Amino acid sequence: MTTTENQTVPAQQARGESPEAADGKPDEQAPDEVADTEVIDDPEDESDEAELESADVHAEEDFGAQEDLGTRDGFSPDDEVVDEPDGPDTVPLARRRPDDRQPYRELGLQDDEYAKIRDILGRRPTQSELLMYSIMWSEHCSYKSSKVHLRQFAEKAVPSDRLLAGIGENAGVVKLSDDLAVTFKIESHNHPSFVEPYQGAATGVGGIVRDILAMGARPIAVMDPLRFGAPDHPDTSRVLPGIVGGVGGYGNCLGLPNIGGELVFDPCYQGNPLLNALCVGVLPVGGLQNKAATGPGNSVILLGAKTGRDGIGGASVLASATFGSGSEARRPSVQVGDPFAEKLLIEVCLEIYRADLVVGIQDLGAAGIACAVTETSAAAGTGMAINLDTVPLREPSMLPHEILASESQERMLLIVTPDKEHTVLAIAERWGVPATKIGEVTDTGRVVIEWHGQTVVDVPPASLADDGPVYARPMREPNDLPLMRADRAETLPRPTTGDELRETLLKLVASPNLCDKSWVTEQYDRYVLGNTVLAQPEDAGVLRIDEESGLGVALSVDGNGRYSRLDPYAGAQLALAEAYRNVAATGATPVAVTNCLNFGSPEDPQVMWQFAEAVRGLADGCVELGIPVTGGNVSFYNQTGAVAINPTPVVGVLGILDDVAERLPMGLRNEGDVLVLLGDTRNELSGSEWAWVMHEHLGGRPPKVDLAREKLLGTVISAAAELGHLSAVHDLSDGGLAQTLVEACLRHGVGATIALPESVEPAVALFSESAGRALAVVTRGHDKAFTALAEEHGLPWAAIGVVGGSSLAVREQFSVPLDELRTAWSGTLPALFGGLEPTSN
Amino acid sequence: MRIGVVTFPGSLDDGDARRAVRLSGADDIALWHNDPDLHQVDAVILPGGFSYGDYLRAGAIARFAPVMESIVDAAGGGMPVLGICNGFQVLCEAHLLPGALVRNAHLHFRNRDQMLRVQSTTTAWTMNFTEGQEILIPVKNGEGRYVADEAVLDELESSDRVVARYVGGNPNGSSRDIAAIRNEAGNVVGIMPHPEHAVEALTGPSTDGMTFFASVLAHLGGKVGAEA
Repeated sequence: MTTTENQTVPAQQARGESPEAADGKPDEQAPDEVADTEVIDDPEDESDEAELESADVHAEEDFGAQEDLGTRDGFSPDDEVVDEPDGPDTVPLARRRPDDRQPYRELGLQDDEYAKIRDILGRRPTQSELLMYSIMWSEHCSYKSSKVHLRQFAEKAVPSDRLLAGIGENAGVVKLSDDLAVTFKIESHNHPSFVEPYQGAATGVGGIVRDILAMGARPIAVMDPLRFGAPDHPDTSRVLPGIVGGVGGYGNCLGLPNIGGELVFDPCYQGNPLLNALCVGVLPVGGLQNKAATGPGNSVILLGAKTGRDGIGGASVLASATFGSGSEARRPSVQVGDPFAEKLLIEVCLEIYRADLVVGIQDLGAAGIACAVTETSAAAGTGMAINLDTVPLREPSMLPHEILASESQERMLLIVTPDKEHTVLAIAERWGVPATKIGEVTDTGRVVIEWHGQTVVDVPPASLADDGPVYARPMREPNDLPLMRADRAETLPRPTTGDELRETLLKLVASPNLCDKSWVTEQYDRYVLGNTVLAQPEDAGVLRIDEESGLGVALSVDGNGRYSRLDPYAGAQLALAEAYRNVAATGATPVAVTNCLNFGSPEDPQVMWQFAEAVRGLADGCVELGIPVTGGNVSFYNQTGAVAINPTPVVGVLGILDDVAERLPMGLRNEGDVLVLLGDTRNELSGSEWAWVMHEHLGGRPPKVDLAREKLLGTVISAAAELGHLSAVHDLSDGGLAQTLVEACLRHGVGATIALPESVEPAVALFSESAGRALAVVTRGHDKAFTALAEEHGLPWAAIGVVGGSSLAVREQFSVPLDELRTAWSGTLPALFGGLEPTSN
Repeated sequence: MRIGVVTFPGSLDDGDARRAVRLSGADDIALWHNDPDLHQVDAVILPGGFSYGDYLRAGAIARFAPVMESIVDAAGGGMPVLGICNGFQVLCEAHLLPGALVRNAHLHFRNRDQMLRVQSTTTAWTMNFTEGQEILIPVKNGEGRYVADEAVLDELESSDRVVARYVGGNPNGSSRDIAAIRNEAGNVVGIMPHPEHAVEALTGPSTDGMTFFASVLAHLGGKVGAEA
């Protein structure tokens, strides 16, 4: 039998250092006449339906690489292959049949990337290896198009003694006190959430939670910036309830409070909704875990759910393909989440951390076991010997490459010293979580994977994890940008009379992007764990970390795709500025940044330009604000056909509150408090909600960025809060002052009377989206001291009104009773997606 | 006073119930689903969450946990038992309380600050309220709609066993706006909203929930006093 022959090939030879392996390079010996006949009766192709199908490759007869690839002619047809149509592709087989054609293009690899793999291995890759490289070198896993730009985050990073881990780890870790640290990160799950909204969103939450868990932290909250197409589009009513249900279904069942996020509608997201998920966790300062598989002889343990045929090829196929109308056919590639399994996984990991039982740990996400074993070995510079026969399978018929690439959820890879193995397994047993030793760390510098007694993978791990291709892709400013920028919203007709202003305000507060979001947020548990001090609709989520001292954190995530479309450099900085402002508005000190960069195809030079500008803007912005980027995520290929989404950098900022009892909420409560508008209001309506809602207009330049002003605003708020001047602060952003006032009034049903400043016309005063502003609600009797403080810091201020009454009254212009405002504000989403008011029975 | 809080795999608000117990001045004792030993507790809380994932039917598996046998026995002997949310579901599954909790009428999970009217103060967990008192407690559930046949509902109402009703809107479609009920003896109470999330001004919408815990301490104290 061939199989026995294969097994007799010495391992050293299989590693591909022998000279003849070079024969297998592409572009050599590829007679076309052989190719035509060989494709049809290639036994491997026939036996590989599972791989082809799961990776969504239906191109058995259409290998794009026919001309370029080596074919079978290099292998003498004496024999064995015909006898083993069902056998796996092994390393010895790859050596003996160096010229087998391989569907690398269908797996998303370029010709030169495939050639590089053959160079690295000194032979053609086995099927399993090919799949591993294709996934690990995909845009999704390797960041090959973004790497050259993302470097700026590290290069420009402001030194911070609070940062315990930064980019390169699963998530950044920020020191809060001598004992406590927090870690936070945001990630996208956009494509899966379009294909299968509920599961795509659920596993998006599950994935980011495991990232945080792998750092050694207990996950303590999630946030979810969501973007959808037109609210009244029929597909939005499929996608939105599914995604919201998935975020809630998973997070609620996991017991993590959802403390904030975004809900944005724009037609550009119609075929590419964005599901970004943020998780924050807390850990002891000394409890930071790492992923390095150190110590040859240590055990490699797979913890968690059984491995099934979930999402095989999902990482590269789903994350790198552009959707057409046939997306339903992709449904099998989306993973299915089990939050109960994840809840138990969390408890097991935390118990293991507390007892100091692991050397290294890595979550299993995209590319499953393949990614985890190579990344952990590469991080330590070690090797690994893995036996796939020990992996608990949901479907026993799974082939080695399926096991390796499976994206079954709720799994972790642990590196454990042999003496602690028993204890680890016992803890898992107590929680009813499967745990199995699947291999050992070695000193060979190779990851060698066996299946049914045969070597199916033998690779240097760093070649997958670190040495993937890096591209400096061409970039070009979008052709339509000069015209768009010339078409300024400031030239559009504006309301002037009191009645017009009133009507505009009511229309804006009822618009999908500015209306009440509780239809969504009521589907999320914000109370569980009992430490949520502020949650949506407040400016930022605030969590108590230490019950004794009151030490806590504030978090906000923000983005504005329209601003970024008009100017991606400024757009990224405005997203940063808004998140910073929201955190500062609670009285917290911003200390760290994470980001999720959602863009179209990097192969489009215009998209690549947008991306490069956004990254540069964000990196420069962080330098100016003096806070580092601690990690993030890139999602490319968010486009339908040739049309990309608006570039959408979403930025998360984390701040620290020494005592969360001192946090500032956003709502009006006390009659007689004085409303002071901080910052400068300019005629800046381009890219605004007003321009979109009233004129369906997008053009001009976004509001001016002044990060020094943002910083000053934060300083003044924080100082004033400490002096007890403030009862609340609400930031100004989308919708301008009008929206800020409406939200502050409706929060607790307390009205206000406003006199608009005379320096700008009323419509500009109410609807301009100038950055660097906030509404300070000053405690009665403190207004003189507060404005003196602002004066002292050189922060422009204007006392614009007084809290009280049951309407929002703008002097000399209009007045709206709060009931009328609330009706307009809260009716929109229920009307679109169905009421939540059950009938009493 | 020792108040036990059971942790089933998938319990989520167990830590919060223990915090509420501590804030009330009692000792919180962690009870484990797989351990029938009640560790000499004076009262037991079954917390919120998704026990065993609740994939079958909320509370359906939890009722068979070894700890539940001991709790059913102790409840028969008069020990105060409070089931919150998933705990209420477990109590119904265990037949310590009648009826069932099914999926919300609107089919969505819902979390909001909910007004309740306390209807019955003749229970171990509500004796410190005044009858008709309105309180603000967070509600958060996907399967919180209380249902029972008409005869049972009539019986609950006529025997003063409806402990609290939703007012200002019914968040899940519960029959007759029922938010909480008790057994005949008054020692076992099931409530869908979460009193343990209304015990601190900083993190809750009110501190009204604290009265549930103060009530059971008063009840136990009174009992100890009476026995002494």
